[in-house]
Amino acid sequence: MKKFALQDHELVPTHIILISEEKEKVLEEYGVGAAQLPKIHISDPVIKDMEEVVVGDIIKIVRESPTAKQSIFYRLVID
Amino acid sequence: MTVPKRIGKISFGLISPQEFRRMSVVKIITADTYDDDGFPIEMGLMDPRLGVIDPGLRCRTCGGRPGECPGHFGHIDLIAPVIHVGFAKLIRKALRAICRECSRLMLLENDKRMYLEQIKTLIELGQPIDDVVNKVFSEARKPKKCPYCGASQKDIKFERPLSYIEDGHKLTPSDIRDRFEKIPDDDVKVMGMNPDSARPEWTILMVLPVPPVTMRPSITLESGQRSEDDLTHKLVDIIRINQRFQENREAGAPQLIIEDLWELLQYHITTFLDNTVSGVPPARHRSGRPLKTLSQRLKGKEGRFRGSLSGKRVNFSARTVISPDPNLSINEVGVPMEIAMELSVPLVVNSRNMDALRNFVRHGSEAHPGVNYVTRSDGRRVKITSRNCEEVADMLEIGWKIDRQLMDGDIVLFNRQPSLHRMSIMAHKVVVMPYKTFRLNPAVCPPYNADFDGDEMNLHVPQTEEARAEAQILMRVQENILSPRFGGPIIGGIHDYVTGSFLLTHGERRVNRREVMELLKKLPVSDLPPPKGVDEEGRPYWTGKQVFSHVIPEGINLSFRADFCMNCDQCKEEECEHDAYVVIRDGELLKGTIDAAAIGAFKGKLTDRVIKELGPSVAAEFMDSMTRMAIRGIMLAGFSFGIDDEDIPREADNQIQDVVKTAREDVQKLIEAYDAGELEPLPGRTLDETLEMRIMQTLGKARDNTGSIAGRYLGLDNSGVVMAVSGARGSMLNLTQMAACVGQQSVRGERIHRGYEGRTLPHFRNGDLSSEAHGFVQSSYKHGLSPTEFFFHAVGGREGLVDTAIRTSQSGYLQRRLINALQDLEVNYDGTVKETRGIIVQFKYGEDGVDASRRDYAGPENVHRIVQKVLGKESS
Ligand SMILES: [Mg+2]
Ligand SMILES: [Zn+2]
Ligand SMILES: [Zn+2]
Ligand SMILES: [Zn+2]
Repeated sequence: MKKFALQDHELVPTHIILISEEKEKVLEEYGVGAAQLPKIHISDPVIKDMEEVVVGDIIKIVRESPTAKQSIFYRLVID
Repeated sequence: MTVPKRIGKISFGLISPQEFRRMSVVKIITADTYDDDGFPIEMGLMDPRLGVIDPGLRCRTCGGRPGECPGHFGHIDLIAPVIHVGFAKLIRKALRAICRECSRLMLLENDKRMYLEQIKTLIELGQPIDDVVNKVFSEARKPKKCPYCGASQKDIKFERPLSYIEDGHKLTPSDIRDRFEKIPDDDVKVMGMNPDSARPEWTILMVLPVPPVTMRPSITLESGQRSEDDLTHKLVDIIRINQRFQENREAGAPQLIIEDLWELLQYHITTFLDNTVSGVPPARHRSGRPLKTLSQRLKGKEGRFRGSLSGKRVNFSARTVISPDPNLSINEVGVPMEIAMELSVPLVVNSRNMDALRNFVRHGSEAHPGVNYVTRSDGRRVKITSRNCEEVADMLEIGWKIDRQLMDGDIVLFNRQPSLHRMSIMAHKVVVMPYKTFRLNPAVCPPYNADFDGDEMNLHVPQTEEARAEAQILMRVQENILSPRFGGPIIGGIHDYVTGSFLLTHGERRVNRREVMELLKKLPVSDLPPPKGVDEEGRPYWTGKQVFSHVIPEGINLSFRADFCMNCDQCKEEECEHDAYVVIRDGELLKGTIDAAAIGAFKGKLTDRVIKELGPSVAAEFMDSMTRMAIRGIMLAGFSFGIDDEDIPREADNQIQDVVKTAREDVQKLIEAYDAGELEPLPGRTLDETLEMRIMQTLGKARDNTGSIAGRYLGLDNSGVVMAVSGARGSMLNLTQMAACVGQQSVRGERIHRGYEGRTLPHFRNGDLSSEAHGFVQSSYKHGLSPTEFFFHAVGGREGLVDTAIRTSQSGYLQRRLINALQDLEVNYDGTVKETRGIIVQFKYGEDGVDASRRDYAGPENVHRIVQKVLGKESS
């Protein structure tokens, strides 16, 4: 039984699944393969809370930053 | 010939006696080394099969020459087994865990299987198995009777260093070995060991490997006498005792003698392995020096790991004491002539520099700037002396290399340990000087965290063109004025520089023509600005502000509050009556006082603006001129601080006494109220805590009041006050402690309570809560402290010392760990931070991609400044 969505908590940053075009765009922008991205476990509480995430997906995480207002991270979902 | 080998893998384990014999090339039976003719004795400690060290000979085992032959192990067959000290603890644990009769690990089969399973999983996961193994040993120790054969177990006592006593009888290494040999392989696995590579009985030595001569070379002294390595000495002892043991045993000597010899053999082998075992007296040389045996070679700062592998000695470096020279540029370093003549820069002869280099060679190596070595095209090196210098100079050809002595203008790296940030190593230009210390401008002390109380620094001479270029472009002092830590200048005025500019620029200081000349003497001056006015006698005068404006570059517009600002309720800014609001227009100091907030290290706003608007070269020039002028400024004014600067008038003293007396009485009243139960506890505090807090408060206020009374009589005519308000050194608190009242001493933020039961010192009654019984120092440093006050002061002072000692070691270790974790990260051109495998750590460096040293005091924006600059006017 779920009581609340994790992402609604103010301390949990926004997690977004990228669609495949976006995925390619990101990898191209940074000139890296998916393996070079930071990782996130599929068992991560936020990922478990999201729907339809599979290993190999890329998650975009948008955090509030005191210096840059917004900081964006991409993480590869792993097992 | 040795074939280079690639290491495929390393596995750790114990070596069995069979293995020792297999890897041995010779059995050593005699303690002698060389015969009378100086030849190594066969089967002796220097047997030629153990490797070669003498030039010209070849190895009897591998045929290699010295340098090629890695050396080969021999062995000594020990007459009786001996414990390896390194395993004393393991042996103890194993002895207690196995049955004394059947040698089985005293755990039930089920438990064994369970532990084995756990160990296997942990190994698969690559995790340490220590916890499980320790559990195995502690569980297996518990049974009183063996679960397998039913034999009752006896307690095994361990006595330092190497005795295992069972039931009052000492177990000999042979006994222990016999027990260990019987442990089944399956039980060994449960004990966390792999029986193929580490059987427990192998912790007891039957065969001692003899290290090859290459790792214990003998040296021939000038007298022709041979001097053997410490390891060889130790091996001689071992062989001698081993032989004596054998003779005695064969002759059927009494048990007592046999035991003594066995002990002795154990002692020698123990110290051969480790000469610092507690409880074992270290083996000594004839001179009394303890021998450096195997583990001493590896352990510690000078050991193989820290001393030879992680860190090595370097050439082309120098170290000496540092001392100040304000006339040097911040980019320069004064190098003693003696050091300059020893260090060198390699230069290759070409058609263009031939004549110049020939000239250097002609100087020889004894006249500066000379040449120490010349390397010819074929690689032959010639040492230059006064004898051969002319000859070599004439022979000089294109392509030869000369090692020219260090001279003015060479670029060198200068370093002070601990090298905690990148500014701990900076590139300086050499200025060769007389005397024996490195000289530097005190303005560069802050980044190095250097002072001149005996600090020493290191100097390194880059040896290639690339290294010099890199040093010049990236590491020069002027490129490091702005700290990447806080985006402000870390280099700047300290002490007298701040005092000097304060004295020069505060108020309307008048200087006559002569004094102006004196102040500007060391600076490039073409003409003087028009004088500010004429004095009573009709002579022209200038102001200190006008003179200081001379060093501020044109085009600088800036206004800010000086460090000296009194923080008035309503800042009148340009109208400030204390002259504490600095206004600079187009490089002209119009209003305000130049102090630490303008030119000081860490907070110099003026320095900061100069470097950000006009670049590092101009900033370096500014620092140079500013430091020179500030020194002349303080010399012109004259500046000293003495004991009578702490004097305050009698009436002030009386007032202070009154304040202290009232405070004491107030404290007494609080205590009475507490005793009478009338004290109201503060919310969330106990009554005791409330009392303590109220007392601390009262006494703190009293100290502040005495401070402000003293402060009223200490004005800007007092040198201490000048230093404190300008930010040069010290604070008003320091001054009031000297002149008025030292105040409450504390330990962990509380009054001092420790000492005897119920009281701090025998001078006080039990349960006395008064101010003087708990560390309030009412005297001033000038007056001197009473004996009890002195004691409390020492108690409080010690906390500070302990704190610093703890903090430095803790932060040092934290720093090391951070550096090790972060050293391979790299900021790429696209702003990403990646580690060596190309894995992204940050998508944008610091989340915003901004270099902290390029922004104003690490603030998020410097747009305001740019807008101001473009519009050419100030706005708040
Ligand atoms: Mg020092
Ligand atoms: Zn050899
Ligand atoms: Zn048994
Ligand atoms: Zn003011």
